[in-house]
Amino acid sequence: MVKVDGSTSSGLIQVRDLDKTYRRAGEDIHVLQGLNLDVSKGEFIAFMGPSGSGKTTLLNLLGGLDVPTRGSITVAGDEITHMSAGKLTEWRARHVGFVFQMYNLIPVLTAFQNVELPLLLTKLSKAERRSHVETALSVVGLADRMHHFPRQLSGGQEQRVTIARAIVSDPTFLLCDEPTGDLDRKSADEIMALIEELVGTHHKTVLMVTHDPVVAARANTTLHLEKGVLVEGKNLPHSVPAGGVA
Amino acid sequence: MKFSRIIWANITRKKVRLLLTIGSFAVALVLFAFLAVVRDAFNRGADVAGADRLVVINRTSIINLIPLSYRDKILRIPGVTYVTHNNWFGGIYQEEKNFFPQFVIDPQSQRDVFPELIVPDDQWKTFLNDRQGAIAGAKTAERFHWKIGDRIPIKTTLYGGGAWEFNLDGIYHGKRAQDDETQFWFQWDYFEERIPQAIKGQIGWYVLRVQNPDDAPRIAKAIDEEFANSPNETKTQTESAFAANWVKQFGNIQTLILSIGTVVFFTLILVTGNTMAISVRERTGELAVFKAIGYSDIFILFFVLAEALLIAIIGAAIGVGLSLMLIPALGKALSGLLPSIVLSPGMLVFGVGIAVFTGLLSGLLPGIGAMQLRVVNALRRV
Repeated sequence: MVKVDGSTSSGLIQVRDLDKTYRRAGEDIHVLQGLNLDVSKGEFIAFMGPSGSGKTTLLNLLGGLDVPTRGSITVAGDEITHMSAGKLTEWRARHVGFVFQMYNLIPVLTAFQNVELPLLLTKLSKAERRSHVETALSVVGLADRMHHFPRQLSGGQEQRVTIARAIVSDPTFLLCDEPTGDLDRKSADEIMALIEELVGTHHKTVLMVTHDPVVAARANTTLHLEKGVLVEGKNLPHSVPAGGVA
Repeated sequence: MKFSRIIWANITRKKVRLLLTIGSFAVALVLFAFLAVVRDAFNRGADVAGADRLVVINRTSIINLIPLSYRDKILRIPGVTYVTHNNWFGGIYQEEKNFFPQFVIDPQSQRDVFPELIVPDDQWKTFLNDRQGAIAGAKTAERFHWKIGDRIPIKTTLYGGGAWEFNLDGIYHGKRAQDDETQFWFQWDYFEERIPQAIKGQIGWYVLRVQNPDDAPRIAKAIDEEFANSPNETKTQTESAFAANWVKQFGNIQTLILSIGTVVFFTLILVTGNTMAISVRERTGELAVFKAIGYSDIFILFFVLAEALLIAIIGAAIGVGLSLMLIPALGKALSGLLPSIVLSPGMLVFGVGIAVFTGLLSGLLPGIGAMQLRVVNALRRV
């Protein structure tokens, strides 16, 4: 269950009173303001909103790539907002799988080697790593392309490899930033089907940012961000109180 | 190592750039080896000098002669065990470019003072009995394809000029690799017989051995005091100091070589540092991904340093190979001008050490820059 009013005390992810302010050219820009969010395990949430509404900033904060100005984020009992940079890096390796719009694969490594990257940080043996990578690539339907380099794959296939890399270490949740933004409709459908399968079959928790209402419609819940405030539902009210709505 | 594949994939992604960078390390190492062997050759006299040997020259300069009669007085000074004397001949064999040092020696004492230069006994015996006899160093004999029994004419503009003819009675070898095997020796008696009356009984310098090297300063002082206020005052110094002063005549070779070497490696740091910086900048997005998926800042620094180090090691290894091939050729080209050119393992290890250090240094700044990269900013740039 997803809540945006901060009334729930349990859940996989808890965000409380989250503020993020950037200072540019001597001016404070409030990207997120007093944001609350509760996400249960197995949820598939889409974040929508106009450009500059803070979607990617929220995703970066949830993924421990950035730190908030105020407020807290707790994931599976770990409050990440006060972790040191080193701890946060370790935490990301264990808990977060990232899927980027531009795939961000390492071009000089094969699909197999790209997917293996997160596992190189673990104590798994070579054989265990191989088994995990092959499983992840099978899940995304690319077992037969594992020795191809990114340049030898289509955009959709590259994104599948990215997803395989994101799930290979069995993270607590996946963060997808415009995962279909660079794909044609057919490929986008395939990627969304894959993400749905990860949620439905493999019980993954997925938080996704998208501009595309068709893509967002495939999520269990769509949340809208406007002027740094989170609101639930597909029909965005014009005026939303700080802290969101119940 | 499980990360080696990533490091190798990264350095080989731009093959032309990789080859050029490796090439600059290799060329720098070859240049370093060239400079090191030339410097070593210049300093060889000091390095191979016997700790128990002193050289006595005319106080005014080495080109001023000193009387042969000093020999017995020097021998009487306590602590002196052997004395021999030499003259510089300065002749030309066939053409001026065929330079090699020719010394007039005293056959009776030469081997006592220079025991490290070995002449087989039978050849030495022939030499002693042959007034026009000569002994050549192995390198000079090889250079001119001389064999024992050859008649060797040497022209000189000194000592009344003309062509002097010698019989090659023997070939000497040094006990150690660094011993000078380019000299040409002939007999004092033959020399004195032909030189003008005015310089008869005059020698170029004495070389003497002392019983205890610790006594060298005392003995040197005693010799110079013995001949103080005479028409030919002396200057006595250890053989290594004499050799060092000889090298100084060519200018400050040490500083010159050090300066060139420093410039070469400093330039190398700039070139490779720039290459690594470009390489890191091109991969900003990839490095951000590494960080995002859990690679720590130290890992990122490790990757960049490892790449720089690997390039340096490959370049240095190629440089070592090229040096081993090219230095002997340099030695041949400079034969006679300098003592033997020897590329010692120590020099190579030092050169490789500098190359590796340079590699690490060139990777350090880009590596620190990569470490400090903020993931969100870097991903935004992709």
